[in-house]
Amino acid sequence: MNIDGICISLPKEYLGLKVQLMCDSLPKLLSGIPLTIELVAISLSIGFILAMCIALMRISGSRLLNIVSRSYVFYFRGTPLLVQIFLIYYGLAQFDLIKESFLWPFFREAYWCGILALTLNTGAYTAEIIRGGLQSVPHGQIESARSMGMSGILLYRRVILPIAFRQALPAYGNEMILMVKGTSLVSTITLMEITGIARHIIAKYWTPVEIFLIAGIIYLFINYLVTRIVRYAENRYTPYLQTNE
Amino acid sequence: MEFIHLLSLGDQGWGDEMLRATMVTIMVSISAMCIGLFVSIFGTISKLSKNRLIRAIGNTYTTVVRGIPELLVIYLLYFGFNNAIMSIANSLFGYNQYIELPVFLIAALAVGIISGAYSTEVIRGAFLVVPRGQIEAAKSVGMNRFLVFYRVLIPQVLRYALPGLGNVWQLTLKDTALIMVTGLVEIMRQAHIASGSTYSPFTFYMSAAILYLVLTTASSKALNSAENWANKGVKREKA
Repeated sequence: MNIDGICISLPKEYLGLKVQLMCDSLPKLLSGIPLTIELVAISLSIGFILAMCIALMRISGSRLLNIVSRSYVFYFRGTPLLVQIFLIYYGLAQFDLIKESFLWPFFREAYWCGILALTLNTGAYTAEIIRGGLQSVPHGQIESARSMGMSGILLYRRVILPIAFRQALPAYGNEMILMVKGTSLVSTITLMEITGIARHIIAKYWTPVEIFLIAGIIYLFINYLVTRIVRYAENRYTPYLQTNE
Repeated sequence: MEFIHLLSLGDQGWGDEMLRATMVTIMVSISAMCIGLFVSIFGTISKLSKNRLIRAIGNTYTTVVRGIPELLVIYLLYFGFNNAIMSIANSLFGYNQYIELPVFLIAALAVGIISGAYSTEVIRGAFLVVPRGQIEAAKSVGMNRFLVFYRVLIPQVLRYALPGLGNVWQLTLKDTALIMVTGLVEIMRQAHIASGSTYSPFTFYMSAAILYLVLTTASSKALNSAENWANKGVKREKA
């Protein structure tokens, strides 16, 4: 499909918005979707594993592990994501120790810093979601599983985790949306995802409202898909909790 | 111990600038929260309205604002407000110079509109929790709509909404970090400026992080006691 042909057929301006330019920049903005999705997917999956560890540390009963996981969650939930991104990308370069170490090729790249910040951030929020899910497992269920002779990993695998994940599903869906929105912040450290590309186009044509509007619609669409997927998962795994709205 | 020198008060260090920026952050957050609560009154009314069109407007507002990155909303409103004011000035008064609204105002409005979408959801949820039977009971003892609202709904809605509004406050506080892109000198902007001229980004972004932690911790303490106050006289099972 030739988008240029469609764009030219549009009026140049409508309601004070440069419609043709909006249409022209659509393909460019759409080309930022893969990076946005990539950032979300990588940080959500690593963040989830991290969160499992943090949540298990929290309920482990060990005092030291408890303090470590609590401080981690406290820090990353109490500060804005933007600070976390800047601290990793700009902040770490202050130390010669890091600049001379083998880690520098990693911390030099905005891409890895962005992923690290997003991962650590979602890890903290997800840990709280998982903890909430684990705590919501009714005690009777655990007791009856134990009375059937289940223990340890089997108990977790067959009883606790399935119930906990089902409980945590809606909250995790919100976290996924927060992550999609969070990726727009890595545009401040030069990554060219949707917002980054939008800022690039605006620097050229100075049409901020038009371009950010299109970018916003793209994010809205991604988040719409995310909610549909989560809703589908909820219907599939927790049909008994769904109301017929 | 170079960072102590960097963060000292007075002309030599950036400590006093950082503290002043913290005050700006607090002021923007409070203004934004108030704007948000004001917006959420209309948001809640429209989302609970029986009129389909009005309901659709409310739903669109909360869905769009919550589905778009906060940074984009701030950019959009920042440029959008200025453009709108300029085109209004141009068409009404024929004034075609560049106009810029005060940054503080734009920042508070932008964050306020974001915060309002979340507050709307919280307050709407709180209204729906109040059992219908109570409203019917109040009507049956002869209370008119105003009395039902004032004596039955409001006390309960406030109590149910308080924890959620506390979360919205924390969110609003953290969202103000994003208004650094508008140039308003709040914590993040100040840290950015300071780290640019001293080449000590870690020191300043870390102080910014600590300042945010202090703000969020202090407000969660305050919110806890507010919740206790609102729940006094209500028996609650121990969680």
